[in-house]
Amino acid sequence: MAVPAVDIRDLTHRYGAHEALHAVTLTVAPGHLYGLLGPNGGGKTTLFRILSTLLRPTGGVARVFGLDTVAEPDRVRRRLGVVFQQPALDDELTVTENLRFHGALYGLSGTRLRERIETLLTLFGLADRRRDRIKTLSGGLQRRVDLIRSLLHQPDLLLLDEPTTGLDPVARRAFWQLLHRIRRQEGTTMLLATHLLDEADPCDAVGIIDRGRLVAQGAPEALKAALGGETLWIETSDPADLRDRLHAQFGLEARIIGSALQLASPDAPALLSRIYEAFGDRIDRAMIRKPTLEDVFMTHTGHRLDPAPADAMLEG
Amino acid sequence: MTLSAPAVAALWKREIIKFARDRSRLIGALAQPLGFWLLLGLGFQRTFQMPVATATEVGYMEFLFPGIIALILLFTAIFSTISTVEERKSGFLQAALVAPTPRTALVLGNTLGGTTLAVVQAALFLLLLPLIGLPFHLVGLLLVLLTSLLTGLAFTALGVLIAWRMETTRGFHAIMNLVLLPMWFLSGSFFPAEGAAPLLRWVMYLNPVTYAVSALRQALYWPAAAPVAAAPLWVCLLVSAAFAVVMLALAVATVRRPLFGAR
Repeated sequence: MAVPAVDIRDLTHRYGAHEALHAVTLTVAPGHLYGLLGPNGGGKTTLFRILSTLLRPTGGVARVFGLDTVAEPDRVRRRLGVVFQQPALDDELTVTENLRFHGALYGLSGTRLRERIETLLTLFGLADRRRDRIKTLSGGLQRRVDLIRSLLHQPDLLLLDEPTTGLDPVARRAFWQLLHRIRRQEGTTMLLATHLLDEADPCDAVGIIDRGRLVAQGAPEALKAALGGETLWIETSDPADLRDRLHAQFGLEARIIGSALQLASPDAPALLSRIYEAFGDRIDRAMIRKPTLEDVFMTHTGHRLDPAPADAMLEG
Repeated sequence: MTLSAPAVAALWKREIIKFARDRSRLIGALAQPLGFWLLLGLGFQRTFQMPVATATEVGYMEFLFPGIIALILLFTAIFSTISTVEERKSGFLQAALVAPTPRTALVLGNTLGGTTLAVVQAALFLLLLPLIGLPFHLVGLLLVLLTSLLTGLAFTALGVLIAWRMETTRGFHAIMNLVLLPMWFLSGSFFPAEGAAPLLRWVMYLNPVTYAVSALRQALYWPAAAPVAAAPLWVCLLVSAAFAVVMLALAVATVRRPLFGAR
């Protein structure tokens, strides 16, 4: 079998007493788009810092194309491109000046660098903005320039850390089209950290990460199928009470998620009508739908992916 | 090492472009020392007296001149590194650190950029030399530039060292006021060590900036003898060079530590 693009074994990291990563094991196959789905503060950024050689893990090993990030950081860096949450560009410099600067950090210069910049600027529809200073570009265009920056040295692995933060839906879609084009043309393996379901859905594989633990991984379709055909959601004022009653009367195992009960079932409509007959007065709202990655996330973590604002503040 | 040369050149060029585009920095870096020189120079003109007898009378404007060059060097050099504090938090510096460029090249490119700015500013100030009645002498000017280069390197490196450990630019300013101003005040720029109280004099002799100022003063009077000298010129140059090497080594060591190390 080919060497995995990313091979992480038992990766653990502690900042003082806080455990940011706990025994994470995952592999990314070459050429794949792998989505790391989880809330902010879940451990994604720590994992990325270790992979990009900026942080030494407390325990475990991380390898990029077989190269240990701690033992051979230089060789890892040569094969790696990184897109950070904020564009890594100098506002005062023009598009070309920025790209030449970052190219030089990879030892690129002269015709080779000029041609590479030219190719990517044209591909990304930025050729007529090359002399503009970064601060005069829209957020979406800055992201595109930043993506070019990360691709100058034709990395084999691209790390994308919440790359569309702060973009409107149109700019986000345009950014993703460019990523897919690069995947097709250059075969770049991509590891994406995101808390957005619609970004995780089209990935070849998804890892669910929460509170430093990788709680599930696999192809999105397989993860969803494991929850059963359809999921039934019931909203009620006293979920614990209804759960107990469902268990007593029908022998059903429902999960409490927020103010709702979740039940997986091969025939959800029939199940709903049975429940409605018995407990209709207790049901505020009911819904049947195919499982989503959000359901997968909630099933494995017991809470929603997007915490309420108050929770988000507590988690920092 | 093939990676290093273009990287150092790119880092250097970036410093120069940024400085040239920032008009406030351009004006501030020259206007402030000039104002300082005029204010202090004209203010103390009648009160100032050399502690030792000199062949010709030395006015305060003249005495202060090398100290102002040192001031320009210290402040331009150090403050060229202040952007590092912000860049460390934004992606910019992280992007540089995930590139395969050696850390030494990163420090070298940054410090050379800041040093160039400092030396050019100092050289511009030298144009005022005729105002205090000192002649231009080629060897003397080359010695001034050499001293400026060493001092610029030492203080950009010190700037990198501090900026790398600072969380906010406010913290950077606070540290600078705590370190930079005393170093300048106690360097023989402001008043000669020879006339100071013994304890203070010893503090001044321990201050590396004293030797930079003295080297500048001796170079400005070259080939004649300067009215006062903390040590022979070669000693002053040697101390300045040693200080620059130590600061650069410390800066490289700091930048080599992991960015998100143990806290």
